Amino acid sequence: MSFKKVVYPYIPNSEPGVKAQMLKEVNASSVDEFYRDIPSELRINGQLNLPPPFTSEYSLRRHIEKILGKNKTARQYLNFLGAGCYQHHVPAVCDEINSRGEFLTAYAGEPYDDHGRFQSLFEYTSMMAELLEMDVVNVPTYDGFQAAATALRMACRITNRNKVLLPETLGRDLLSKIQDYLKFDVEIIMVKHDPLTGGMDLHHLEVSLTQDYAAVFFENPSYLGFLELKGIEITDMAHDHGAVCIVSVDPISLGVLEPPVKYGADIVVGDIQPLGMHMQYGGGQAGFIASRDEEKYVMQYPSRLFGIVPTRVKGEYGFGDVAYERTSFAKREEGNEWVGTAAALWGITAGVYLALMGPQGMREIGEGILYRSKYAQQELGKLTNVNTGMFQVPHFKELIVNFDQTGKTVADINHRLLERNIFGGKDLSHDFQWLGESALFCFTEIHTKEDIDQLVTTLKEVLA
Amino acid sequence: MNNITAERYTDGKPNLRRFHQACWDEPIIFELGQPGQRGILVPEVEEGIKSQVGDPFKGISDSLLRKDPPELPEISQPAVLRHYVHISQETLGVDCNIDVGQGTCTMKYSPKINDQLARMTELTELHPLQDETTVQGILEIFWRFEQILKEISGLDRFTMQPGAGSAAIYTNASIIRAYHASMGELDRRDEIITTIFSHPSDAACAKVAGFKVITLYPNEDGYPDIEALKAAISDRTAGLLITNPEDTGIYNPKITEFTRLVHAAGGLCSYDQANANGILGITRAREAGFDLCHFNLHKTFSTPHGCGGPAVGATGVTKELIPFLPVPLVDFDGEKYYLNYDIPNSIGKIRPFYGVAPAVLKAYAWVMALGAEGLREVAEIAVLNNNYLLKKILAIRGASAPYAKGKRRIEQVRYSWEKLYEETGVHSDELGIRAADFGVHYWTSHHPYVVPEPCTLEPTESYSKEELDEYAAIIENVANEAYADPELVKNAPYNSTVHTIDHYPLDDPQQWCITWRAYKRKAQQIPA
Repeated sequence: MSFKKVVYPYIPNSEPGVKAQMLKEVNASSVDEFYRDIPSELRINGQLNLPPPFTSEYSLRRHIEKILGKNKTARQYLNFLGAGCYQHHVPAVCDEINSRGEFLTAYAGEPYDDHGRFQSLFEYTSMMAELLEMDVVNVPTYDGFQAAATALRMACRITNRNKVLLPETLGRDLLSKIQDYLKFDVEIIMVKHDPLTGGMDLHHLEVSLTQDYAAVFFENPSYLGFLELKGIEITDMAHDHGAVCIVSVDPISLGVLEPPVKYGADIVVGDIQPLGMHMQYGGGQAGFIASRDEEKYVMQYPSRLFGIVPTRVKGEYGFGDVAYERTSFAKREEGNEWVGTAAALWGITAGVYLALMGPQGMREIGEGILYRSKYAQQELGKLTNVNTGMFQVPHFKELIVNFDQTGKTVADINHRLLERNIFGGKDLSHDFQWLGESALFCFTEIHTKEDIDQLVTTLKEVLA
Repeated sequence: MNNITAERYTDGKPNLRRFHQACWDEPIIFELGQPGQRGILVPEVEEGIKSQVGDPFKGISDSLLRKDPPELPEISQPAVLRHYVHISQETLGVDCNIDVGQGTCTMKYSPKINDQLARMTELTELHPLQDETTVQGILEIFWRFEQILKEISGLDRFTMQPGAGSAAIYTNASIIRAYHASMGELDRRDEIITTIFSHPSDAACAKVAGFKVITLYPNEDGYPDIEALKAAISDRTAGLLITNPEDTGIYNPKITEFTRLVHAAGGLCSYDQANANGILGITRAREAGFDLCHFNLHKTFSTPHGCGGPAVGATGVTKELIPFLPVPLVDFDGEKYYLNYDIPNSIGKIRPFYGVAPAVLKAYAWVMALGAEGLREVAEIAVLNNNYLLKKILAIRGASAPYAKGKRRIEQVRYSWEKLYEETGVHSDELGIRAADFGVHYWTSHHPYVVPEPCTLEPTESYSKEELDEYAAIIENVANEAYADPELVKNAPYNSTVHTIDHYPLDDPQQWCITWRAYKRKAQQIPA
C-alpha cells in the first residue's frame, strides 16, 4: 500500500508542496531545525501512543454521538436536581447569540478590534447592576464559588483583617473551595444555624463577632433553599463590628426578592448559570461580584471591570478597562489575586437573557418558581411520613424533603425514582448528617403541575 | 468590462484589503425598547397550582419582597436579537480575521463540528449530580481525554476542574503547598520561583497560594539564567512555576538542569503549558523532570476562546502528587465510569462539579480528528509558520527579535520596535491600533515590557502561507507609514467601529462608570 500523506483540513500548510516551499524560504531542510534547542534526550522518539483518529468529519461525528448517546438527559427524564446547577428554560436567542462565531471565537483584543465584546460585557454588568441595585459588577469570574472566595479576600484587603464568618448551612463543595482559597492566611469560623429557621443563629453570631473580623458571609436563598429572613439584623451586626457583609444570591430570584443591598450587603456574589446557560454537566457556571461604587471597593477587585467613556467623536460610545493597574496583568504578584480567562461568553449570554426577560419576565419567573416550589412543598408534605417543613420559613426554588420516618434512605428512594425516569433531589445525608435522610428537591418554571404531581405519585408508590 | 481583478493586485501581489470594521453606532441596550415590550414570555403558572397555593409570597417578610422592579430594558425579541447581532459584528473573532496578532493566546481555528457536537442535548441537558449510570457518555469523554493528556505530557493523572489557565496555575500552587504541608516543611518552604517571560499568573497565583515570589530574568541570550536560579534556590524553595518555550518563543535547553536543581533543593516543578502548541508530540513534561503541568484547552486544544472563557485548565501531576488533586477524579473500573472522591489529601474543590464539560468534549474531538500524527503536524506547522513569519517581520524596517540572534524560535516571537520608535516616535501599541484599521489584531506584551516596544505574534497552524504573507504585508505597511507619516499612525484608528478613546476617566474614581447605572449618575445632561 502506498503511503498517502494526510492534508489536514484544519492545517492549511500541511499540504506537502506548500510545506516544502515554506521550509525552503526559511532555509530549513526540515522542521527538526526549529527544535535544535530541545536536547535530544527530551525529544519523543516516534509518535505518541494515541487512539487512531477519525479523520473525516462524518466519522468523528459518529464516534462522539455514539459516546454521548449513552447519557440520559434531563429532557428525557423528569429532573428535580439543583444544588448549584439549575434547569431553567434557555431562550433560543441566548443560544443564537453565544453561538455566533464573532463572540464565540474572540478573545482579548483591544476596544478598536473588539468594540462589541466590550459593549456586550458592559451591558451584561449594567443589567446585573440593575437587578442588584449596585453600581459596580465585574466581568464574570469562573463561577459562584470563585466569586464568593474572592469576595472574602476582597473583604480582608478592605478591612486589613483576616477572619471571616460563614454559615454552617453552606454547601460542602463551596466550603471546600473557600477553605482551599483562604487557607494560608485567613481564619474561617462557622456560625451555627437557628434550628427553627435554618438561618444564622443571631446569638451565636453576636458572641462570635469581634472587631477583628473582615467579613460576615451568608446566602439568600441558602444552599438548602430556605430564605434568610434576618438579613438586616446580620448586616447591622457585621457593620457594628467594622466587618464587610457579603451576600450570595440566586440572581433569578431578584424579580421578586429584594436585592441584598436593601438589607445592607456591601458585596453581593453569585452564579449566573440560571440566566440563560444550559446545565452542560456543570459547564454553564459563571460568577459575579458586585459592590457600591466606592474606590476602596473597586480597587480591590481582581477581575476586569469595563467602563464606558467618550471617544474623540461626539456622541460615540467607547469602552475600556477601569483601574487596570490593580490587576495581575499590570502588576503580576503585586496585583489583586489574579485575572485571566474565565467565563465571559456566559456573561454575554446572561445579558441577552436579562434583556429578553425585562422587569416583567424576571418578576413572573420568580413568582412562578415560588408558586411551584410551594405547591410541591404542600403536595409532598401530604405523603405519609414525608417531612417538607424542616425549617419554618419560605423557600425559593429548592426544598429539603426529609424521609427519616419512611425507614428508607435517600439513596434507595432516588434509585427507585430513577427506575421510573425521575432524577430525585440531591442526597444531603452525607454532607448534612444532622438533616438525616433528606434530599434537596429543585422546582423551577420548567415544571408543570403534571410534572410535580407525577413526582408526588411516584414517590408515593416508591415509599409504599 | 474592466478587469476588476487586475486592479486588486500591484506587482503581482494582492493589495491590502480596503477593510472597514462593522460600525452600527449601536445604542446602549438601555436606550432600546419601550415600556411594556417583551422579549420572551415565561411559562404560566397553572390554575391548579395557583388556587391551591394562594399567595405565593405568604410568609416572606416585607423587607425581603422587592418593591421597585429592576430597571431592566423592555425590548421585543427581534430588537434584542438585532442589537446583539450588531455588536457581535463589531467583534473580531478568530472566525473573521488572520488572528496571528494575539501572541501567547494561540488563536487557532476552533472546528465547527466540535461546537455542534457540544450543543447536543445529550450534553447540554445533563445535570452534574445525575446518577452515574445516566452520565456514562460524558464521564467516558472525561476519562478518554485524560488518557490522551497523560500520553501527551507523560504525567500520571489529570483533573479538568480548573476553569482556565490561571485557575490551573493556582491549583498547582495549592497542590505544591499541600505536598510540603504533608512533608511537615510548609513553615520553611515559602518561596516560588518563576521567570519574567512566564505568564503573570505564575507569579500572581503563587502569591494567592501563600508563597513569596522570586522572578528570574533572562540572560543576554534570552534564556532563563541558570546562575540566577542557583542563587534563588534555597531550603525555602517550595517550587518552580515556569513555561517553556517562554513568551519569547525561545526554548530553554537547560530545562532539565532547572528541574534537577529545584528537586535537589526539595522543591517541586510545575510546567506552565498553557500554550504547548509548538511542542505537541515533540517533547513532554515528564522527560523534562516536571511534577505538575497544565494545558489550556482553549489554546493548544482548539476550544473557542469565548471572549475570555468558559474554559478548562487541565491540570496534571505525577503519581506522587495524585493524592493531592481536587475531588473528584473520573475513574473506570473496567465496566463503568465513576466519580472518585477517595483522594486522601485532596486540596478539595477548585470549582463547582467537575469542569467545563463542553470544552473537554471539544478538545477530545479535536485530538480525535487529528491523532498522533496530526498533533505532531500541528506542532510542526505552527513552528514552521512562526519561523516563516519571523523572516517576513525581520525584513520590515525598524523590527527586531531580541535575544537568541540568528536562532530559530518555537511557536511565537516577542519582537521589538525599539528602532522604529527611536526613528519615528511611534510606539508599538500605536502600530497595533493602526493594524486594527486593516482588520487584524496585534498585541504588545505582558507587563512589564522587558523587551522594549514589544509585539508578540503567534501564527499557530491555522493560517495559510498567503494569509501569513497578508498579515506581514499589513505590518510592513503600518511600519512604513510610521516612517513616512508618524501622525497618520498616531491618530489611528480610522476604520474601526470607534475612534480614539478618552482613557482618562477609566482611572478616575469620580469619573469611571463601570455600569450604565453609574454612568447615569455621573454623566451630565443625558437626554431623556
